[in-house]
Amino acid sequence: MLRATEILEAHTYDVRGNFVGRVREMFIEPAEQANRISRLLLARGRFQPLVARWDQIAFVAPGTVRLAADERALVPFAPNEAWLAVRKDLLDQQIIDTHGRKVVRVNDIGLAEIRTNGGLELRVTQVDVGLPGAVGRLLHGLAPTDAVRRLQAKLPPRVIPWEFVNLIEPDPLRRVKLRLTGHRLARLHPADLADIMEELSPGEREGIIASLDKQTAAGVISELDRRLQTQVLEKLTPERAADILEEMPPDEAAHLLARLSPETSEELLDELSREDARDVTHLLQFGEGTAGWMMNTDFVFVGEDASRLEVMNWIRSRDIPTDQLDTVVLIDAHAIFAGVVPIGRLLLAADERAMRELRSEPLLSTTSGTGERDIFELFDKYNLRSLAVVDEDDRPIGVITVDDVVGRLRHKL
Amino acid sequence: MNWPTITDRIRAARRQPQAEPGLRQRLRTWRRRLGVFLAVLGPGLITSNVDNDAGGIATYSQAGAQFGYALLWTLLPLTLLLYIGEEMCARMGVATGKGLSDLIREEFGFRSTFFVMLAGLLVDLGNTIAEFAGVAAGAGVFGVSKYIAVPLAALLVWVLVVRGTYSRVEKVFLAACAFYVAYVLSALFAKPDWTTAVHQTLVPSFHFTTPYLVMLIGLVGTTVAPWQFFYLQAGEVEKRIGPRQYRHARTDVLLGSITSMAVVFFIIVCTAATLHVAGITNITNAGQAAMALKPLAGRWAAGLFAFGLLNASLFSASVLPLSTAHVICEGLGFEAGIDQKVSEAPIFYGLYTGLIVVGAGIILIPKAPLFKILLLSQVANGVWLPVVLIFILLLINRKDLMGELTNGPVFNFIAWTTSVVMVIVTLIWIYLSVVQPGASPGLLLLP
Repeated sequence: MLRATEILEAHTYDVRGNFVGRVREMFIEPAEQANRISRLLLARGRFQPLVARWDQIAFVAPGTVRLAADERALVPFAPNEAWLAVRKDLLDQQIIDTHGRKVVRVNDIGLAEIRTNGGLELRVTQVDVGLPGAVGRLLHGLAPTDAVRRLQAKLPPRVIPWEFVNLIEPDPLRRVKLRLTGHRLARLHPADLADIMEELSPGEREGIIASLDKQTAAGVISELDRRLQTQVLEKLTPERAADILEEMPPDEAAHLLARLSPETSEELLDELSREDARDVTHLLQFGEGTAGWMMNTDFVFVGEDASRLEVMNWIRSRDIPTDQLDTVVLIDAHAIFAGVVPIGRLLLAADERAMRELRSEPLLSTTSGTGERDIFELFDKYNLRSLAVVDEDDRPIGVITVDDVVGRLRHKL
Repeated sequence: MNWPTITDRIRAARRQPQAEPGLRQRLRTWRRRLGVFLAVLGPGLITSNVDNDAGGIATYSQAGAQFGYALLWTLLPLTLLLYIGEEMCARMGVATGKGLSDLIREEFGFRSTFFVMLAGLLVDLGNTIAEFAGVAAGAGVFGVSKYIAVPLAALLVWVLVVRGTYSRVEKVFLAACAFYVAYVLSALFAKPDWTTAVHQTLVPSFHFTTPYLVMLIGLVGTTVAPWQFFYLQAGEVEKRIGPRQYRHARTDVLLGSITSMAVVFFIIVCTAATLHVAGITNITNAGQAAMALKPLAGRWAAGLFAFGLLNASLFSASVLPLSTAHVICEGLGFEAGIDQKVSEAPIFYGLYTGLIVVGAGIILIPKAPLFKILLLSQVANGVWLPVVLIFILLLINRKDLMGELTNGPVFNFIAWTTSVVMVIVTLIWIYLSVVQPGASPGLLLLP
């Protein structure tokens, strides 16, 4: 295996053995091949730098490159945004290790030589983020390559295979040219991705949010640290921000909007769809630390006279997110709160049982103005997983679930 | 789930306050702004005050004892200098969201970073030793043996950071900033000649004698220490201060520079009014200055002075190793930050602990060559400073990194001039430190 630092600054000779220049930079063309070194930039002092294509390389060793072509066959260098530069874009930069789920800094890059008919290809196989790479960088050019390699072999390796490397590029145009997508990132858990984003600079965070689809972006933003949530949201266009907010549960969207400046939140509200805007504005009227603030307005409610089978069929027929199914709220003929049925009890009950018979005792609910301290007590005392919130006419308007409580409690710690 | 009427009511209610821009509304906006400022407050204030550490206090005490009020005029230009350096770093942190060592690594490569970090480690180790020497001296005034005080201080400092989160640690640090008021009080007890003090502050006066020049250089050297740039920038990044709050961050830095130099003013005034008047013009450390105050200004002044020294030393002893560990880990690519757990960032906590253990340990060795170690660290500090300043100036003028927030021409002129002057001043200082170590005021740190 070769290292990028061993080839950078290597003396390059053409097919007739004439010195052409030193390798100043290596480029990958992601549009053609994701991991092939496709161009070498050869610097020649005060002469114009030349570019050698991958099929013009015949032999590579630390410090030496031989070409299969004549110097006259090489073309002058013109910068290209669609080329990924190993030295400038990779070495010493931060990347996301999508397997280990963290941000790391690149010390060196591992290359494999692949012999094709008569030619030779260099493929990027891994990035070195550990001590061997660091030592190599430090000693390169000061000690003989063999000695450095022997020392490196003794150190504990820390490498990331190239397929797990996710580059961080803040510039959206360049990202498109380099074929950088958020597919790999979208496979991470939103909470892990949020942790990764917290380690990056604001520009890099914007880059990542921009590369994600709106569902993933919504998940990640809800998991971010509070100050970052507003920072990230304020940087987005109102349309994109509204798209992302619509993917969040109304309570989280409302909390986020409440922390933005009044002008920004008003602007975003105008961009939201009418139904979402209504839910969110409704939640915004409640002060922080009240039941109204904590509750989620997306919840499942059915008539108390319905049978278990009817309810099950109704739920199946709808596309209801499972996290709203922890509890089914019951209402009577006047839409007055009539109790809650935990999903476990619903699961075990016979088909013909009426929902009224399945509800939990005692009948617990709270009003939107209740302080969070009282809510915590209720959850603790009755070992609740969820609690219905009702308005002044005793109609259910939302549900507080245990994760809302945990979130608030952790915030208070 | 249909509440059309409520929505309209809320919208109407939300818009209503804007119709009447009454006193309440204005008060609310003002409170909101203050809230934002207080949230941003911290890094600048802490960084500048930490600069008044054991070595600084010794130098300032000596300046007052030896020259009376004559050097007070330097404080205004020094404040400007401190502000310019720190503001650049705060701005870089805000604009890029990255620490200074991160930026050096990304823009100048591994090898440059490694040597900058290595130098930083050595310099900061020396400074940490000086802080624990300050603890020993301060405790000595209260009759506490250094063999008790120093290990205790080391433990306290270590626990504070390893067991705390950034926001909690920052609160403790901000409280430590408040204790600097001890110097104001002890200056008041000293009953100084305020008219002369104010006059000398506003009107520069030069004396072209060697000791005067040496002291002048010493003042500059102790006021602007390179590690504080790293610490400040890391603080801004860790607090996630964005371009929107940049104005507040700048105010924070300005406030820090002014308060820290105000403390220096009171230290110099205090020793000028007492030691200088009484003819005690040569003290070898800050603890001795506190002792000498006792018969001249009373028990309270001396006690407060020593308390201030103890506070400052402890404060800097917790910030310095922390900053160093941060800088090195960031630059070389290890996990860092006090919000990380020990198992997540072993090298960070290892460096932090190592610096404290070695720093405190050396003070406890009965016959350690302290003077030589401190001399060496001061020289290294001096060599390191121009290098760091030049890195900062190269980075802050990069449009691709800083966007709109690059230096303007005026700021650049002042900053480059300052850097060149600092390089020259530092070279002279190093020269003097090596040639006549006894004459250099930054080295009066022996416990």
